[in-house]
Amino acid sequence: MIKRVTFRHKWLPYALLAPQLLITLVFFIWPASQALYQSVLRQDAFGLRTEFIGFENFADLFADPTYLSSFHITLVFCLAVASISLGFALMLAVMADRVIKGATTYKTLLIWPYAVAPAIAGVLWYFMFNPSIGINAWILRTVFGYDWNHTLDGGDALLLVIIAAAWKQVSYNFLFFLAGLQAIPRSLIEAAAIDGASPLKRFWTIVFPLLSPTTFFLLVVNVVYAFFDTFGTIHATTNGGPAGATNTLVYKVFNDGFIGLDLGGSAAQSVILMIIVVSLTVVQFRYIERRVEY
Amino acid sequence: MTLHRKFAALAAGAIALTAAGQAFAQTEVQWWHAMGGELGQKTEAIAAGFNASQSDYKVVPIYKGNYTETMTGAIAAFRAKKHPHIVQVFEVGTGTMMAAEGAVYPVYKLMQDAGAKFDPKDYLPAVTGYYTDTAGNMLSMPFNSSTPVLYYNKTAFAKAGLDPNTPPKTWPEVGEFSKKLQAAGIACGFTTGWQSWVQLENFSAWHNLPIGTMENGFGGLGTELTLNSDAHVRHIAQLAEWQKTKIFDYGGRRSDSAPKFYNQECAMYMNSSAAQAGVQANAKDFEFGVGMLPYWPDVAGAPQNSIIGGATLWVLSGHKPAEYKGVAAFFNYLASAEVQAKWHQETGYLPITLAAYELTKTQGFYDKNPGTDVSIKQMTLKEPTPNSKGLRFGNFVQIRDILNEELEAVWSGQKTAKQALDTAVERSNALLRRFEKDNG
Amino acid sequence: MVENRPWLTVVSHLVLIVGIAIVVLPLWVALVASTHTGRDLLSAPIPMWFGSHGVDNYRQMLTSGMEHVSGQPLTLMLFNSLVMALSIAIGKIVISLTAAFAICYFRFPLRMTCFWIIFITLMLPVEVRILPTYEVIANVFTPLTRLLELFGFEGDEIVIAGLSIRLDFSMLDSYTGLTLPLIASATATFLFRQFFLTVPDELTEAARIDGAGPMKFFRDILLPLSRTNIAALFVILFIYGWNQYLWPLLITTDPSYVTVVMGIQRMVNVADTEPQWHLVMTAAVLAMLPPVLVVIGMQRLFVKGLVETEK
Repeated sequence: MIKRVTFRHKWLPYALLAPQLLITLVFFIWPASQALYQSVLRQDAFGLRTEFIGFENFADLFADPTYLSSFHITLVFCLAVASISLGFALMLAVMADRVIKGATTYKTLLIWPYAVAPAIAGVLWYFMFNPSIGINAWILRTVFGYDWNHTLDGGDALLLVIIAAAWKQVSYNFLFFLAGLQAIPRSLIEAAAIDGASPLKRFWTIVFPLLSPTTFFLLVVNVVYAFFDTFGTIHATTNGGPAGATNTLVYKVFNDGFIGLDLGGSAAQSVILMIIVVSLTVVQFRYIERRVEY
Repeated sequence: MTLHRKFAALAAGAIALTAAGQAFAQTEVQWWHAMGGELGQKTEAIAAGFNASQSDYKVVPIYKGNYTETMTGAIAAFRAKKHPHIVQVFEVGTGTMMAAEGAVYPVYKLMQDAGAKFDPKDYLPAVTGYYTDTAGNMLSMPFNSSTPVLYYNKTAFAKAGLDPNTPPKTWPEVGEFSKKLQAAGIACGFTTGWQSWVQLENFSAWHNLPIGTMENGFGGLGTELTLNSDAHVRHIAQLAEWQKTKIFDYGGRRSDSAPKFYNQECAMYMNSSAAQAGVQANAKDFEFGVGMLPYWPDVAGAPQNSIIGGATLWVLSGHKPAEYKGVAAFFNYLASAEVQAKWHQETGYLPITLAAYELTKTQGFYDKNPGTDVSIKQMTLKEPTPNSKGLRFGNFVQIRDILNEELEAVWSGQKTAKQALDTAVERSNALLRRFEKDNG
Repeated sequence: MVENRPWLTVVSHLVLIVGIAIVVLPLWVALVASTHTGRDLLSAPIPMWFGSHGVDNYRQMLTSGMEHVSGQPLTLMLFNSLVMALSIAIGKIVISLTAAFAICYFRFPLRMTCFWIIFITLMLPVEVRILPTYEVIANVFTPLTRLLELFGFEGDEIVIAGLSIRLDFSMLDSYTGLTLPLIASATATFLFRQFFLTVPDELTEAARIDGAGPMKFFRDILLPLSRTNIAALFVILFIYGWNQYLWPLLITTDPSYVTVVMGIQRMVNVADTEPQWHLVMTAAVLAMLPPVLVVIGMQRLFVKGLVETEK
């Protein structure tokens, strides 16, 4: 936690910390406390009339079917994004771990989507699935006879943002899986091979269990990513629609607060989000503690 | 870069700001608007014209994104005390603005306080009716108002053996014509823009049916929607039925369906009269005509009159009296017959004063551009009733989203018209109750 | 490998190639679309090979932008993004270095409190504090004036030595507003703290014996040692800054401060017509290019940075 040998100075440490602390206090802690306060108030859009109403905003939220469905959508969205991108990345990483020739080229070609902004990733896939001109929609229509339309069909729209979000996260997962695979002692696998275990069996009995810390860690990171970092993906494409089919919790906070101007309701949603983040952070850190010890 | 230095700069900036306030000889008036593209250029030309016409005031127009962004941006700015003098708000935001009594400076009062010349009788009642309080006082300044009309492809009509100069008058005719058009190889009969505005709100006014209780919300905050009447359900169910054979083809919210009309996929298209310039520019390979909205002949009182959409200019309170004098001067300039007539002719928006309408007539504009007066004729077809004066609901931005969502559920076959409209009314009423509580 | 199964190697290559094809497809489609005219992209199937209008499209977007949505030239948006990405990356690194240094190398009252305050930022993403943060940006002194009001003072004016200062400073539509609030970083602080803890204490002792003060030690020993860490972190933070979306969306209304990532949203969500896809894709390619080049060009640092920030 602290160095054994330290310096002594009256004000220097405070001066060194001041920029970070000031920014944190002004732009993080103060607004968050305001959100907490706002969540127990009822206020009109202009802030002219304010009334203390206790937990009514929260009660309203949980009585609102669109909020509950937003929970449901967020859950489906997070799990789908995490499992698609983890599965795809794991498959590629296992293959990349096997090949010797061209490994660097493969790696380079797989990691760049990390650098693409979530919003841009959304726009790219939105274009490819555009019902009238998108190449993917065209293939679905002519080859599979499926009439893709994410402006009308909620399922299509949700799938669209899931694909866009998962696509971007593949690079990240790939890199960590590859590092995890390369850290597995070769002797273990070779011993199993000598015993006559098939490659598939070796993967499930040795490699996958040894990768599980990485997988769990990535799962948490992916869920956090799907939860918070995909706002741009949704905002730039489906705008939460159609019929609220892609209205995730984070998008809803923005939409209800900044567009709908329902300040109390939006603040109450913020508070619930805060609780979710805190629990996710706790999970992440308990795990990371273990990782550090290891 | 230490924060120390930053704060020094910051404090200096704050002091400079207060000092700068007195340095300007010309009084500045900020005007946030939502007119992008070509309309934006025409909007800025009006401000430039005003600035050139006198030297005391300077109107600074600022484009703030689409209607929603402009309105919510102004409200957020008001909370932070950084709001403009004038903000353009679309008609569905009217309820929210009217309820914000402390934040809004009503136009009639502004004109009175500034001692400016102002006679509400100069204005077209069909336009201003939407924006007056129950006592008949004008609360905001109409700017761009339009009403939905029917555009049709004359070339396709001729091909299908229909008279190119007779658009369908009634909904049964729309169905009939569409079948003939489809037989002649046109993929779809008709499509619509702004489905909630055209097929529900204007549908109601046009058939003299209430959109909501208490005079469509003019009578108070306790209003409830009535968009699930038998006539509404029948209409939406018919559209859904037609959607199956592409007599009707849904093309998205707002005006996303426009390309279907442009590329001759659909032969008829219902949308704002202000879209005429766009239709003109994009209808390259065919001739088009303009007709009034269709109606159901078996509904008593139809056709009544259509209602407007578009936006008005609201004045926000909290600035200096001298600046409001500038606002009043600008509004007088804006309402002058010349400025209005030019705006009306160039954009397809309705003129807001009778003088501008007369001027356009005497200039022979309607004779040279047939179809451009359909909107005014349709708006003024009959004396407006409580059902066709306009609408005033709080949270209507979100309510329109709900209406859009539920209509889309009908088009995609997930719900019947009855189910969808019932749910839409139920969900909207919950929002209306919330608004009543927040503003009660 | 003890065994050699050639077919398995072939399968591996095949899977990788198919996987890469899927991953690269969006980029390919965007590149191709950016070389066609709007008319070529009106009906399916759209061309999958390059057209001849690439130069026109890129020139138009870079010099005048999409007028249709009152757009700004992309050169301006790219410049804004660059300013934002660089200031955030540099700002975060500077204030995290000093904060980590203070926490690791000094004993002082409230040390752990400071640490926890920084830690808390991890739990408060922009999304949970949207509106109040906007109000703070509109007037940075908001917290101060509210507190003053609480104690019965006239809120927004302070009189010091006869000089009245209005506490009103707005960061809306400014580079400061775009960057300053984002440069607090628990992750970067932890990363440097982690690294400082591995620096041998002997170095500190030697420095102290030589009579070097803390800042001299920081400058001459700690900073040079942290060079690779700083570089790796810079790559990650540059991408982070470049890709910001919600933040600029909230606080910029003046088109001349629009960043390229959020600017594209306006080009896609156009009212009244289909988006002009050829130009949207041109913009998308230009918006992707800088961070993608950084990742590919500095691959080693990027991987290092990625792995370390997650510790």
